[in-house]
This record gives sequence, C-alpha cells and structure tokens, in this order.
Amino acid sequence: MAMRYIGKPLKRKEDPRLIQGLGHYVDDLQLAGMHYTGFVRSPHAHARIRSIDTSKARTAAGVVLVLTGADLQGAIGPVPCAAQLPDMKLALRPVLAHDRVRFVGEPVALVVATERYAARDATDLVEVDYEPLTPVVNPEKALEKGCTVLHEQYSDNIAYRWELEGGDLAKAFKAADKVIRQRLVNQRLIPVAMEPRGVVADYKPGEKQLTVWSSTQIPHLLRTQLAVMLGVPESSVHVITPEVGGGFGSKLNVYPEEALVGYLAMRLGQPVKWIESRRENFLCTIHGRDQIDDVEVAVKRDGTVLGLRCKVIADLGAYYQLLTPLIPTLTGLMICGCYKIPAVRMEITGVFTNKMATDAYRGAGRPEATYIIERMMDLVAAELKKDPAEVRRKNFPQPKDFPYATPTGVTYDSANYQKSLELALRNSNYKRLRQEQAKLRRQGRYIGIGLSTYVEICAMGPSSAMPAGGWESATVRVEPTGKVNILTGSSPHGQGQETSFAQIGADVLGLEPDDINVVHGDTARVPYGIGTFGSRATAVGGTAVYKSLVKLRDKLAQIAGHLMGEAPQKLVFRQKRIISKATKKSIAFGEAVGAAYVAKTLPPGLEPGLDATTFFEPSNFTFPFGVHVCVVEVDADTGDVKLQKYVAVDDCGNVLNPLLVDGQVHGGIVQAVGQALLEEAVYDEHGQLITGELMDYAIPRAADIPWLETSRTVTPSPVNPLGLKGVGEAGTIGATPALLNAVVDALAPFGVRHLDMPVKRERVWQLMRKGRRAK
Amino acid sequence: MAVEIQVRVNGKTHDSRVEPRLLLVHYLRDVLGLTGTHIGCETSLCGACTVLLDGKAVKSCTVLAVQADGSEVTTIEGLAAQAPGNGAKGGLHPVQEGFWEKHGLQCGYCTPGMILTSVQLLEDNPDPSEAEIRRALAGNLCRCTGYQHIIEAVRYAAKKMSKGKR
Repeated sequence: MAMRYIGKPLKRKEDPRLIQGLGHYVDDLQLAGMHYTGFVRSPHAHARIRSIDTSKARTAAGVVLVLTGADLQGAIGPVPCAAQLPDMKLALRPVLAHDRVRFVGEPVALVVATERYAARDATDLVEVDYEPLTPVVNPEKALEKGCTVLHEQYSDNIAYRWELEGGDLAKAFKAADKVIRQRLVNQRLIPVAMEPRGVVADYKPGEKQLTVWSSTQIPHLLRTQLAVMLGVPESSVHVITPEVGGGFGSKLNVYPEEALVGYLAMRLGQPVKWIESRRENFLCTIHGRDQIDDVEVAVKRDGTVLGLRCKVIADLGAYYQLLTPLIPTLTGLMICGCYKIPAVRMEITGVFTNKMATDAYRGAGRPEATYIIERMMDLVAAELKKDPAEVRRKNFPQPKDFPYATPTGVTYDSANYQKSLELALRNSNYKRLRQEQAKLRRQGRYIGIGLSTYVEICAMGPSSAMPAGGWESATVRVEPTGKVNILTGSSPHGQGQETSFAQIGADVLGLEPDDINVVHGDTARVPYGIGTFGSRATAVGGTAVYKSLVKLRDKLAQIAGHLMGEAPQKLVFRQKRIISKATKKSIAFGEAVGAAYVAKTLPPGLEPGLDATTFFEPSNFTFPFGVHVCVVEVDADTGDVKLQKYVAVDDCGNVLNPLLVDGQVHGGIVQAVGQALLEEAVYDEHGQLITGELMDYAIPRAADIPWLETSRTVTPSPVNPLGLKGVGEAGTIGATPALLNAVVDALAPFGVRHLDMPVKRERVWQLMRKGRRAK
Repeated sequence: MAVEIQVRVNGKTHDSRVEPRLLLVHYLRDVLGLTGTHIGCETSLCGACTVLLDGKAVKSCTVLAVQADGSEVTTIEGLAAQAPGNGAKGGLHPVQEGFWEKHGLQCGYCTPGMILTSVQLLEDNPDPSEAEIRRALAGNLCRCTGYQHIIEAVRYAAKKMSKGKR
C-alpha cells in the first residue's frame, strides 16, 4: 500500500459544512407539528416528594401534556448501568423521580407544549411539595456511622469496595528507606461540551418506527437501551446522531431525557424536541473525576520505587449512570504509570452522595491515576533532593522490557519512555530553565517547572475487559460508479474521522479522499457499532475500516486479475488504476468495480457485489505515552499563577493525520489547564451546585493559554495492523500533573510540598504568607 | 401581543410579527430557519450565538428580536457573500478559509461565533498579534481546539485580507 495520504496533514472533509453554518445539530432539526418538552427539576438535594399539583400547568396556553413520576410508574425502565462489579449495590434511577429526589436537578415532572417558550413557562407552574431530608454531600462523612442513607433499602452509603493487589507489598514497605505519604484530591469537574444535550423523537404508528435524534457518542448502544427502557422491539427504534457539538464522555451515556422524549413521541403521535439548557447541563449531565486519594510510596534512598498503596474514596453521586462505578477502577489499572513498581495495592470505596453522578469525562479514571503517580514521583524527588527527571528515569522500564506486564494486571504494548523524556527535556531546554529559575528566585520571582511522564490505556478495548463489547464494526461499500462509502460504528463528534478514514480508504484502494464518503451515527445505515470514547475510534474503529478495505481490495484484485489475465497478488492499486507490478498492464479501478456489479466476467465462484464488513476485536488495549513540561510563574504579591510555557512530547503510535493529532493534543492540554488552575464543581453543604453556570465555573479562555509547543515520538502499537494507539485523552491525562508539579515547584522556597486543584490565588497567597512567616 | 419588526438578514429583508420576548437567536433559528447560529449558554458567556448586528459582533442570545428592528444582521450563512470579491457567487470568507486551512475547529459548535468575532477583530485591527487575538476571543469559548489552531486561522485570514487590500 502506497502511503499517499496516511500520515499527511489533510484538511478536514467535515469543515466546509461547519464553517458555513450548514451542519445540522439536534436543535437545528425542524419537523412539522414539533412539540417541545421541558422538565421540572428538584431544587433540593435530598427530599421526599409529598405531592405534585399540575393543574395550573395543564391549563396553561399551549400545553398538551403534563406528567409526573407517578404517572409513569412502570411505563419506562430505569436508567441503565452497564458496569458490573462484585458486591456492587444497585442504585436504579427512575427516569422521573416519584417518591424521593436525590440530587438538585433530578427531574420530577415534565410538560409538553406546542411552543418552545410555552413549555418553559409551564414548567414554572408545576407545584411540588417537598419534605426536605438531610443532604449527604461530603463523601467522607457519607461513610460515617449514623449518616443519612441515600438509598433506604441499604444500611449505608457504600456503593462498592474494589481491591487490586499485585506483588509483595509487605516486603516492599519493609525494604523501604523511606515511605512518602500524601492525600490528593482530584476535584469534581463538569465536562461542558459546547453543545448541550438534545433529543428529538418522531413516531410513525403505521410502521411502528420510533426515530430518535440524539446528541450522543453511542448511537447503537443508545438504541438497544431505548428499546429495553421503552419495552419496544429494537428493530422498531432508529437512532440518528447528527452533528454532535462535543462530548468528552458526557454523551457516552443513556439519559432519562432520551427515553422520555421517545416515550412522548409515541404517546402523542407528534414529534417532540428537548434541548438542554446550560444550567441543566451543569446539573444533570454527568460530572467527572471526584476522588480523594490517600497514597503511600515506599522508596529506596536512590529513588527506586518499591511499592505503592492507595486508598481511594470515589464520590459517585446519587445514582449510577452508564459506567459510573467502573471509572475509578481504571485509576487502579493505571496506578503504576510508566514505572516499574513491583508491588501495589489499590482500595477503592465508591460512595453515594446527593449529587449528579460522576462518569467518564475525558480520560475517565486515568487522569486520576496519572495525577497520583506523577505527584508522588515529584514528592519522592523533593524528599530525596533529586531532580524529578532523574527519579523518573530511574524507574522506567527499558524499551526491551515491552510488552511489559504491570502488577495491576495490564500489559503495556510498546514504549520508549527514555526517548520521549530526553526529547521533552531538550525541547523545553530543561537545564537552562533550572538555571533561570535559580536566578529569578534570587530576584524574588518564582517560576516553577513541572514535569509529567505519562502512560494511558486507550483503544478500548478487548471485549473481555469491557462491560459491553470492545470491538468495532466497519462496512465498506464500493458503489457501482466506483465511489466508496465507509460505514463506521464509531461515532465521531469533532475528532475528524470523516477525513482520517477517507485517508485510509484512499491509500488502500488507490483513490482520492474525495472519492470516499464516511457515514456514521445512524443505526439504520451503519451495522451495529460501539461508538466513540476511550480513544478508540481510530485504533479500533480505524482498524475495522482498514480490514474491510483490504477485503474489498483483495476481491477487486481477483476480479481485475481475471480480466487482465494476471495473478491477483501481483496487482497494486494506484491513482484510480489497478496495475500489474510484473507486466505494467493496468485497468481502471472503475472497470473492475463495474465487473463486480454487472457480473458477467467474474472469476468462477466469486460472488458479485462489493461490500465487506469487519467486526474488529483488538487483542489488547494500547498504551500511548509522553512527557509534558511546563513553566508557571507565581506572583509573589497576589498568588496569581500564570502559565508561561508548555512543551509536549506525545507518542500515539503511527499517525493518520498530524493536523488532527495536534488538535486533539491542544484541546486535551487546555482542558487539563482547566482542571489544574480553574475548574471545580462546588456543591455547598445543602447540596446546591454553586458553580452551576459558565459565570461561576471557569473553563479556559484563549487568553489563559500560552503557545503550546508539541512534538511526537512514534512507537507503533503491535496491537493493530496500522500501529495506531489513540490520542483523544492524552492531554487531560498528561498535562494536569505537569501543571500542578510546576506550581508546587514554584512554591518550594515557601516550604510547600503540595496543594490541591484547582490552584486558587487565595490559597497560593496564604501558603506563601505562611512560608514567609516560617522563615 | 405580537410586534411587527423589519430586519435585514444576510441582505434579505424580513417583515415578521414576533413576541416581544423572542430572542434574536430564536428569531434567526426558529423563524427564519438560519440554524448556523448556535446556542451554547443563553447567558452571553460562551459566544456560540455571535452574529454581526449592524456590523458589530453581538451575542444574539441576549438581544431581543425587537431590538434588531430596522437593523442589518449578518450570520454565518451570509458571511461569505460579504467577503470582498465574493459577491453572491459564494466561496468562503478569508476567516472561514483560515479555519479550514488551519484546522481551527473540531466539533464545529462554537465555530460560527468564533468566525464572526474574528471578522469583527480583523475589521478593527487588520494585523493583530497573538495576544490581541487571544484577548479578542475571550468572549468565545471553545472546548475542543485549545484555541491554538484558531489563533493560526485568524492570522491566516489577516494575512490573506491584507494581501487583498494591497
């Protein structure tokens, strides 16, 4: 295969429609007779519903239907959770609460009206009488004896306990010269995709077909779950995912509103639309992170890490969403980072609190793992008075150690951590930075240099390790005119696979990317697929595409060989022709395609048509890695932290399109800046989300970010034929600890060894003041 | 109680009867069917709904349709026609072209607002520095790109537009 397009920075095929306002997101859809629904949501974190009076809402202008949780008893199944852990308590969430609410924003009633504004107005007319109960907000207090219990069928708020142990931990701690301990808080975050969620549903009673348009990352899984929730055959449900305005995991879920809007369309025989407000998006779309990690590391005086023990309290919120309980376990799998740590123990306690559920937010459990291990490596370096780079180097496995099995039970596919570290140190001019830092300190200026060497688990994943299938599908059809449709089970929503998959197609079949159309996000057109999350679309989805393309290329070679009187294996596909390497004879690509459909000159026994499907099952995850270095300056008077320089070296295996990879890395780093320096979902003691708007929850703006200097090393993955690893989450995984390590490094002269995220000016100012006093 | 308004949108005059509380963004999207303008927050914070109102970038989620009475609105759908030399025959505005060339978008949701804010920036300041671009885009949030390719897109457009003037 000649690589004419793979690896090239091709402009995106998606863009012409998006830059001209011609794309269609869910809210852009208008259907004749469209009705609008709005939800009445609990203002209490924890309360019993005494009664609901819908009479005023029912008679309001334009209102056609008002429903409460009681009206829907038994009509719609609970919100699904795909995760299964041993001894996990069930916490089934009804689509509308009927007797008790457990977080602010939980829907208790809905209104349907003929106009958008009328629906919104009428939700204010529904009167709910609540009996407030004690809210459980703090996950540590939730574990205390005598604490109010969220789910009354249980005696406590523990959702599950999960343990993982590998190696001889007792021996490791006994042999240690030092044990370094730290409590780390990984705060709750709000994903904030720029497009809030939205659903439109339309039901055709004659055909018994329910069509649901939803802003989701998982159209097929949603269809299956909707069929179960609504009690209709899966063959009667059609899910379409139009343009999706960002997901970051927040749309890797099945939400009550999706089932409710589908139900309403069936019940009313009218199309129904619901568009989430930003306020609702903050309250009722999944949150991310939210762990308290107590960590102990056993080390030798030379910096060798012997063992690690970590106790995690994971705040799961009030109910499970699709993957809620599973996310913290990913922290467990990746807790060793890119180090040879012979013994580890992880103990996770999942806790129910009166908050929105946490679930997969960009990185999903791995940013937490990387934060833990990378903060600890810096603490080790500080304690032993060694350079952070030296301590890391000391504990890396060697390139010859790969595939490398960790004591947590995963096997890293391929890596060269040394190479990426040296490149990052060189690109950042690390030595000079350290000299500069020393000089500035003497002048009373405080810069900090932060380092993070990360490894992540991606390309999710082998089905044996996934809750509901880890394969991906792709169908490739060469149409009679020679144009190609790639139907992928992945569901891109900004990642650019309409372009990168067309690049694969062009190279395999010797065509141009414009000859290839990528179709996704439509359960009636695309064979069953899993979706886009866990940095899997390119490595797993792209491999399925590649394999289907190869099947068709091989079939076309048979047809062409028969027509040309040449051996099929001697044929190459180039510039829209099929060429014999031996004789240089060639025919047009279209001629072989035509023969496949006209079917008069096919080799004996060969089926007509050009359609190939692959369900690709990966043999392992992939493990992308990299090194991030950044520089911050802390204002000695105000505590303000300015990010000054950012250098990233990432290794995501082979690259299909470097432009797209850079885009993923930039976006991830900036989301990490959000976690490190700006963002925090704060619930007050009453369980009110007081950072419930973009006014109070600061996601990074253009002016918060310096120029990002990115580069790559390339270590192909042996797990798939294209050597791809995945890059969607690298930024949020690698960057967060680098940023925090930089801030702590800046504050080292003030005796600071740790502070929690997000780094707040006030806290920095206090720590500097305390440090000055102590001097 | 509906109010009569006349608004010129992308060069075409519309006479409409609207509720006084109807937001300009809903007027553009739901009444005129121009769905290229997106809604990301309804509170003027994200900038996805940015349009040009009498040549100035405004957030159309916090402008009432009645306030646009007698005004001229440009949305993303009408931007290309306004680019020098493009006329009604289409093509792309240099800022749109920059976003395509430099991969200045991923999910595309913030993009129309980003593009229109950038158009206003380049009208005020034809040769902005990186810092000036970052400041000018402070009212437009993007969660995908990390902004860097957007900065490059604006620079691309600035270069292209200054060449066009010479």
